[in-house]
Amino acid sequence: MVTETLADTATVWGWLAEVPDPEIPVISVVDLGIVREVRHEGDTLVVAVTPTYSGCPAVDVIDLEIDAHLRRRGVAKLRLERRLSPPWTTDWLSAEGREKLRAYGIAPPVDGTAGSRVQARAARLSGQPAVTVACPRCGSRATEKVSQHGSTPCKAAYRCTACLEPFDYFKCI
Amino acid sequence: MPSLPDMTTPNVEALAADARAPRPDPAETVPELKPALFEGLCRLGDSTLVLGHRLSEWCGKGPALEEDIALANIALDLIGHTQMWLGLAAEVEEAGRSADDLAYLRDAMRFRNLLLVELPNGDMARTLMRQFLFDAWHHEMLERLTGSDSARVAEIAVKALKEVRYHLERSSDLVIRLGDGTAESHRRMAGALDMLWPYTGEMFAGDGTDAALAEAGIAPDPASLHEAWHGIVTEVLEEATLGVPEGRADVQKGGRQGRHTEHLGYLLAEMQFLQRAYPGAEW
Repeated sequence: MVTETLADTATVWGWLAEVPDPEIPVISVVDLGIVREVRHEGDTLVVAVTPTYSGCPAVDVIDLEIDAHLRRRGVAKLRLERRLSPPWTTDWLSAEGREKLRAYGIAPPVDGTAGSRVQARAARLSGQPAVTVACPRCGSRATEKVSQHGSTPCKAAYRCTACLEPFDYFKCI
Repeated sequence: MPSLPDMTTPNVEALAADARAPRPDPAETVPELKPALFEGLCRLGDSTLVLGHRLSEWCGKGPALEEDIALANIALDLIGHTQMWLGLAAEVEEAGRSADDLAYLRDAMRFRNLLLVELPNGDMARTLMRQFLFDAWHHEMLERLTGSDSARVAEIAVKALKEVRYHLERSSDLVIRLGDGTAESHRRMAGALDMLWPYTGEMFAGDGTDAALAEAGIAPDPASLHEAWHGIVTEVLEEATLGVPEGRADVQKGGRQGRHTEHLGYLLAEMQFLQRAYPGAEW
């Protein structure tokens, strides 16, 4: 008689930490904070995933990669759940994930600076940017926003006026 | 990872926890409301779908790479909102249709979007002014919907609002920069505003469907959004040296009841072509 043992959830979290984000492969889906829950329902493993941006085209690829990786690790019965609430926030990016982003050349989010009209207005009137983002290459804070939107929905385009390099900023949401 | 409270945004965790708290969801418990709810969800989802599609028309043709990317990103957000609104509409309808069926297989007279969003892009001035007038309404509408008695509606609004804050910030900035820019950019922005203004009143004109949803605590009475919208619009247009037009704002309407301009048909012909020609085709 064969007894199948289910992997405990801590082990599953470890496996999930091996799944890279398809757009920013230096961080994992766990670093990104989009895996919200791992649990068993009977012999089925359930993984709840939340989207970063509602229209992020990587969402389906992420589900596919999680599914494929967990099956490679021997999970036979698996269900992925799309969870909307509470909505994803950059606050959930792990400390380790932030360091990996910086090393990769993407400035990590400056917490507490999600878009707001009041802040935008203050920035306009004062001529000072609402957010100061440090250059991920040289560390200078002499940077400026080129565009609120970058190569993916979660990033803005910046440039460093000290080392003159353009870079992506993972904007706060 | 827990973090310090965010000073500049509402406490989304609390909002979401509140939205999740068990209370009777009229969307699920009051069958008589379903036709109005389906209609209301289509109005939201159709406006985000049609505007998302319009913005996607700029992809690869924007006047600057950054603008091209920004418009495509905003289009993506709006299409993401559409999947949520029309997805819920399809669930409420219980007719076996999916969000995709609603988007790709309805004809123009079944669409419930605002006329404002189906107007052709025109130049960048018109595209950006349309975006600003819409964003100011969209932002206010979503803020109010986060307090909906329907937890399903509220959770979508909480998610979408985070993105729409960035939309409004960007379109306000650009309206000010271009309105208070060169003589040419000012002339174009003023022309766009005059052309679009008569379409704005539709955002605040309620009907029986709106009254039923407001009564049930699902969505706000559209008229109640006007004051906040007008406040934002006045502030930005004045800073942009454009000023608020004096003409009537409620001249062009009917989109939310299915009476559209000729432009929507052309848009749908392009957007729906693939599903119409190859039913059920998938990537």
